[in-house]
Amino acid sequence: MVENRPWLTFAAHAVLVLGVLVVAFPVYMTFVASTHDQAAMLSGPVPLVPGRYLVDNYRTVLFSGLGASSSSPPVALMMLNSLVMAVAIALGKIAISIIAAYAVVYFKFPLRMTFFWMIFITLMLPVEVRILPTYEVVAGLGLLNSYAGLTIPLIASATATFLFRQFFLTVPDELAEAARIDGAGPLRFFRDVLLPLSRTSIAALFVIQFIYGWNQYLWPLLVTTNEDYYTVVMGISRMVNVVDAAAKWNLVMAVTLLALIPPVIVVVVMQRQFVKGLVETEK
Amino acid sequence: MIKRVIFRAKLLPYLLVAPQIAITLIFFIWPAAQAVKQSVFIEGAFGGNAEFVWLENFTALFSDPNYLHSVRVTIVFSAAVTFFSLALSLVLAVMADRVIRGAHVYKTFLVWPYAVAPAVAGVLWGFMFNPSIGIFSYLLNRWGYEWNYVLNGGQALVLVIAAATWNQISYNFLFFLAGLQSIPKSLIEAAAIDGAGPGRRFWTIILPLLSPTAFFLLVVNVVYAFFQTFGIIHAVTQGGPAKATEILVFKVYNDGFRGLDLGSSAAQSVVLMAIVITLTVIQFRYIERRVHY
Repeated sequence: MVENRPWLTFAAHAVLVLGVLVVAFPVYMTFVASTHDQAAMLSGPVPLVPGRYLVDNYRTVLFSGLGASSSSPPVALMMLNSLVMAVAIALGKIAISIIAAYAVVYFKFPLRMTFFWMIFITLMLPVEVRILPTYEVVAGLGLLNSYAGLTIPLIASATATFLFRQFFLTVPDELAEAARIDGAGPLRFFRDVLLPLSRTSIAALFVIQFIYGWNQYLWPLLVTTNEDYYTVVMGISRMVNVVDAAAKWNLVMAVTLLALIPPVIVVVVMQRQFVKGLVETEK
Repeated sequence: MIKRVIFRAKLLPYLLVAPQIAITLIFFIWPAAQAVKQSVFIEGAFGGNAEFVWLENFTALFSDPNYLHSVRVTIVFSAAVTFFSLALSLVLAVMADRVIRGAHVYKTFLVWPYAVAPAVAGVLWGFMFNPSIGIFSYLLNRWGYEWNYVLNGGQALVLVIAAATWNQISYNFLFFLAGLQSIPKSLIEAAAIDGAGPGRRFWTIILPLLSPTAFFLLVVNVVYAFFQTFGIIHAVTQGGPAKATEILVFKVYNDGFRGLDLGSSAAQSVVLMAIVITLTVIQFRYIERRVHY
């Protein structure tokens, strides 16, 4: 800093520590609740220190679900569904966006700009504003209660296409020239030159889109009625709404923690790619 | 826009854009067109012939007190979420920019809520404020404040605002911190030499230079509050009690899927589309001109 003001630095640390604690507190409470038995939940306010039922609770929810209520399949299955959905959406978005961006940047063909604007328009049409008609389309195609229905309608991506387009525009023309002189066709150039160069962008985008896919809520809520396809994030709300009167909050909180751990780990472990992805997709 | 060196191929570029365009057409543009179409028809009650009614659905919508109420709730909700999440994250970012030691650690501990789904954030907060077992409801009630968000609309709104704000702080924090770190140190030093203290420097140098970031975040946060908070509302309050937290996006869902009122739901979709389009245009026009990285 510019000048040395110890008390100000101290105040800054104090504010930050306070901020970190306040931000973490809801998750701490959730963790504590998930380590107690049902009796502790029913007897007044939730305890502030962890209990002894950690392993029991997590084993119960992971492998046998919440038990009594019918709408709660084992959480392990829901997490698997979420994982399939998140990975399929992330990879699907990257795959179709990178080739579309390649076509728009490296080829000249009729309707090129029309296609580009069509992709741009998807930015303005989030699922939330076209819920019912999109549902009808998916239902009409027979994609309800399937992994295809969960993922395919979500993999069009204007942001990913823009990101790759931006990146391709910064790749020196000499590379394409050299590749052409050496006799490489467009596909060969894409595979051997552009794809390796795009590695860091792909990694950054993967982190962002994995989180996007894992955290989908409204879409799975619409297209799945069969428990075998429930994802964990939307599964929780069904549990919360079934479990009234504080009955099994310890188990619900265990599920909640399981639902938030995978994306949080991805963000913390791949922080650099995450920040890069976040900043670049917004440019 | 296009490379100087390009490849020549007739069919290949079409094949390359085909998957993206197919999905865009089938799942985005076609449903959106359907919504626009349905918004000017009234469907017969038993699936009979739809009748073309011009803008009747829209006039009905804007004279419906429930809808106007929902508009007001949405405005209060998004204004509060945007204000609090921007203000809190700005404070944290300014502090993190100040400390040299440990800045990275703080960053790690502050960014992770971004990864928490809005619905999950809602459950976390709903649990802490649960009327019968929540820790904060217990404390509030003991201090003589009657807390029960299941019955009290105002409290329910405060709760979902808190959850949404918590969820959005990390995103704003990251962008504010990046913005702060890109401000040239020489400017700050020059001001310090001229005798400006930290507070003065913040108001006259840092804040104006941060305004493009702040403006960008303003738009992003409004979009978040309008559209991505569906999960919070659905998981915590279901729009209740007595529609006190029924934001527009939740109302579209509710009227379409529960009420099965096609025309009205479609008209609401069209209104929302107009809002997103406006916000997106604002975002793109201003960002291109004013943000300099």
